[in-house]
Amino acid sequence: MTVANRSIAALGLGVAMTMGAVAVPVLAQDEGPIKVGILHSLSGTMAISETTLKDTMLFLIEKQNEAGGVMGRQLEPVVVDIASDWPLAAELARQLIEVDDVDVVFGCWTSVCRKSVLPVFEELNSLLFYPVQYEGEESQRNVFYTGASPNQQAIPAVDYLMSEDGGSVERWVLAGTDYVYPQTTNKILEQYLLDKGVAAEDIMINYTPFGHSDWQTIVSDIVAFGSEGKKTAVVSTINGDANVPFYRELANQGVAAENIPVVAFSVGEEELSGFDTTPLVGHLAAWNYFMSVDTPENEEFIADWQEYIGSTDRVTNDPMEAHYIGFNLWVKAVEAAGTTDTDAVIDAIVGLETPNLTGGMATMLPNHHITKPVLIGEIQDDGQFFVVWETEDLVPGDAWSDFLPESAMLEADWTAPINCGNYNTETSTCGSAAQ
Amino acid sequence: MTIVRMLSLLLLVLTGALASATTASAQAPSVDIAASIGAMGEASLRELTQIVEDLASTGDDTVVPALQALAAGDLYVEESTGAIVIQRGRTLLDPISGAEVSIADHDLSRIRVNNGLRNDISAALSSMTLMSDNPASRLSAARSLQANPDADNVALLDEAIAAETDPSVLSAMQTARAVTILDSDEASLEDKRAAVPVVTRNAGRDAITILAAARSGAPEELHPAIDAALAGLEQERVFWGAMQNVWFGISLGSVLLLAAIGLAITFGVMGVINMAHGEMVMLGAYTTFVVQLVIRQSFPGLLDYSLAIALPAAFLVTALIGIAIERGIIRWLYGRPLETLLATWGLSLILQQTVRSIFGPTNQMVIAPTWMSGAFAFYGLNITYSRLWIVGFAIAVFALLLVVLNRSSLGLQMRAVTQNRRMASAMGIRTPFVDAMTFGLGSGIAGLAGVALTQIDNVSPNLGQNYIIDSFMVVVFGGVGNLWGTFVGAMTLGIANKFLEPYAGAVLGKILILILIILFIQRRPRGLFALKGRSVEA
Repeated sequence: MTVANRSIAALGLGVAMTMGAVAVPVLAQDEGPIKVGILHSLSGTMAISETTLKDTMLFLIEKQNEAGGVMGRQLEPVVVDIASDWPLAAELARQLIEVDDVDVVFGCWTSVCRKSVLPVFEELNSLLFYPVQYEGEESQRNVFYTGASPNQQAIPAVDYLMSEDGGSVERWVLAGTDYVYPQTTNKILEQYLLDKGVAAEDIMINYTPFGHSDWQTIVSDIVAFGSEGKKTAVVSTINGDANVPFYRELANQGVAAENIPVVAFSVGEEELSGFDTTPLVGHLAAWNYFMSVDTPENEEFIADWQEYIGSTDRVTNDPMEAHYIGFNLWVKAVEAAGTTDTDAVIDAIVGLETPNLTGGMATMLPNHHITKPVLIGEIQDDGQFFVVWETEDLVPGDAWSDFLPESAMLEADWTAPINCGNYNTETSTCGSAAQ
Repeated sequence: MTIVRMLSLLLLVLTGALASATTASAQAPSVDIAASIGAMGEASLRELTQIVEDLASTGDDTVVPALQALAAGDLYVEESTGAIVIQRGRTLLDPISGAEVSIADHDLSRIRVNNGLRNDISAALSSMTLMSDNPASRLSAARSLQANPDADNVALLDEAIAAETDPSVLSAMQTARAVTILDSDEASLEDKRAAVPVVTRNAGRDAITILAAARSGAPEELHPAIDAALAGLEQERVFWGAMQNVWFGISLGSVLLLAAIGLAITFGVMGVINMAHGEMVMLGAYTTFVVQLVIRQSFPGLLDYSLAIALPAAFLVTALIGIAIERGIIRWLYGRPLETLLATWGLSLILQQTVRSIFGPTNQMVIAPTWMSGAFAFYGLNITYSRLWIVGFAIAVFALLLVVLNRSSLGLQMRAVTQNRRMASAMGIRTPFVDAMTFGLGSGIAGLAGVALTQIDNVSPNLGQNYIIDSFMVVVFGGVGNLWGTFVGAMTLGIANKFLEPYAGAVLGKILILILIILFIQRRPRGLFALKGRSVEA
């Protein structure tokens, strides 16, 4: 079956490529609609998170078209379903760029999806806006990272818990799902905690498989770890569906937020909407946006979104804001460049700024990350977050963590004269042993 | 310009006055309770902390309801008048007098608190609620005193212990008293010596921590007593740790059993490789969600029984779908396992996407009934109610299935058809009907599993996928065609998994289990309990 499927897919790809080659010269004129690719999973495990992002993009495009489009041209969305299948994501990215001739792609959720499509965007020189918080340690010329890097989410969250307001936490459980984002984030956090003087025996690291549903042993280990007299907190990079059984087990074993708070990096309003949050009140999440943030921009965004989707029950979340920012930055860059040409947009976008939904400005930095505020929210019994702490200033996204020895000397700068994603500041050369 | 300056000057004077007022009130016990509570509406988190401290310093019982409501998130401020009220159900209460107040078309917004403040409140309240009428608040007061030991509280605790009648609260109070004495510098050696066995006996899982902390501050003479207590506790801990693991294993085993038992019928008895089995579980879970939705909207009083009501509904829905699948697809594919596998795999994708289109891709909420939340201690074991119910439910379903297969005429016909289809047909058994019923039974039981799984897992379109591999593993490991094999297989895998997990971690543990099963199947291809006789080859 697989062999047959593969050969058909390969055949299709072959046809697609031939068609693409013929089609490009005809369509590459600055007339007609501008095509925007949307590359998200609409089926499979990731559909739970990504379907909303697809709708968000359609919503943003519709609003832009109502306002007259971009440079007087209408936008035309091209939606593909990557079905939570990462090799398929690379094929579909290629199809979007070569066959559908899109000028920009908004998409991916998981890091493995981004890593799979990266070579395609590099090879075909197109643009990808990636809206989800990720592990950092990457900067690519064709990709714009509108989600948080570790210094915009994980590090401030740990700082908050260490502070007096956060409960002066001394022992740490780093619990995550077993894949690249939690592992890299935990590596950075572990080094950061050790640098801060936390003893190695006060850090417990635990990984679980995707979709893990039996948390009895781990929660009971956490309780035992936390009952040794020092204030303990759990830093959770547990992803997706595994969160619901995890929080249920916490509640059942009587772990209250006052005793052992859990700060999560992947649990937002969308995840909580399938959830009775009464037992979770007080547990924390760190994001750059919460639906409960009280600003006029946010109020308008929520009202427009709920009207578009036709339900006042639908929530907004952080990756949606990231798409909102990314989309607006791209529109501004195209208008500034006067063309949708990839190289011109990449040059024009750095330094542009657009209002985010929390009352600040998001600026595109030379390393293709953006500036963001960091907010810590406590879960409320209505599934919303109450912001208990936020950074005073916007935090610039750092592509390469300063807390890992192998990446501390690396910087990303996609402007002249450096023009490099991993510039080694010690040797003043582009490229390093880390990559 | 001048106006602005005057205003800012005024503001400065005002804040100065306010600041001096708060510092003054912190020293003097005469805090204006009404004014302090009234100020909560506009206060920031930091100011709230100060207000709570002020109110607690009064030692006045009248502040208790307001503070309790604040911690529970029931304290609201009326936006237009700035009045503070407690919301209880639909009624609004005055925070001080407790009298009902009525505000026409009110615009309430909650006064929000964070973890730190909740901790402060419970500490502040503990001395005031130790003599409360409500056992639950006495218990939480005792626990809070234990967490923040202060030698000043011993007299208060003695008084409370003398008046206490509830055994569990009494034990908590004695523990709090013992911990306080061990922690204090003034208590006599005799008192401390007497406190050690109290902690050992009553403090449960925390005893080791408390004694280890007390040992460092205790005088030399006390060390042997503490060391002896610690050694005993450590031994107990090892024993109960192992027991706890066995319990975790049994409860994981019952989840596996529930998921696999329907498959043991369709795959084990009928020989149909049903890849859509997981989706039957998922449909059962969604039926529960729909039932609960209807109950919540139309009969809110029955919400606690929604799971019980969902059981027959889920069984019927999934059994009917199962029968439809058997009649529509599978009966054309008997004897062609590869085609069956592909067809049911495709079907599982169709079912998933259908549910996704109808209910949306996000998780749906199924509320845990009150009788399934929380946990209790059983000697050294910590047992959660939800798991206990699921273990009981799995065993009940298993027993019921045994009875149906071995004692009912349908069961007899099923076994006859499985063992020799042509002979059964010649004896007048309607084999197509029995096939449909058997498949329906297997699917219906998967639906029942779905009801139970709503309590521990997500109700999402992917729910079934997570269990299909495990289910096949259990059935193959236990021995195809044997229900007892499925039972023993599920329990063995559950317990083995839980004993591997602490040493190998969850990820490696799962891999090790897979490797062990592969090795086992190599040695015994027919699983733990192999069927013997001619029927096996048929």
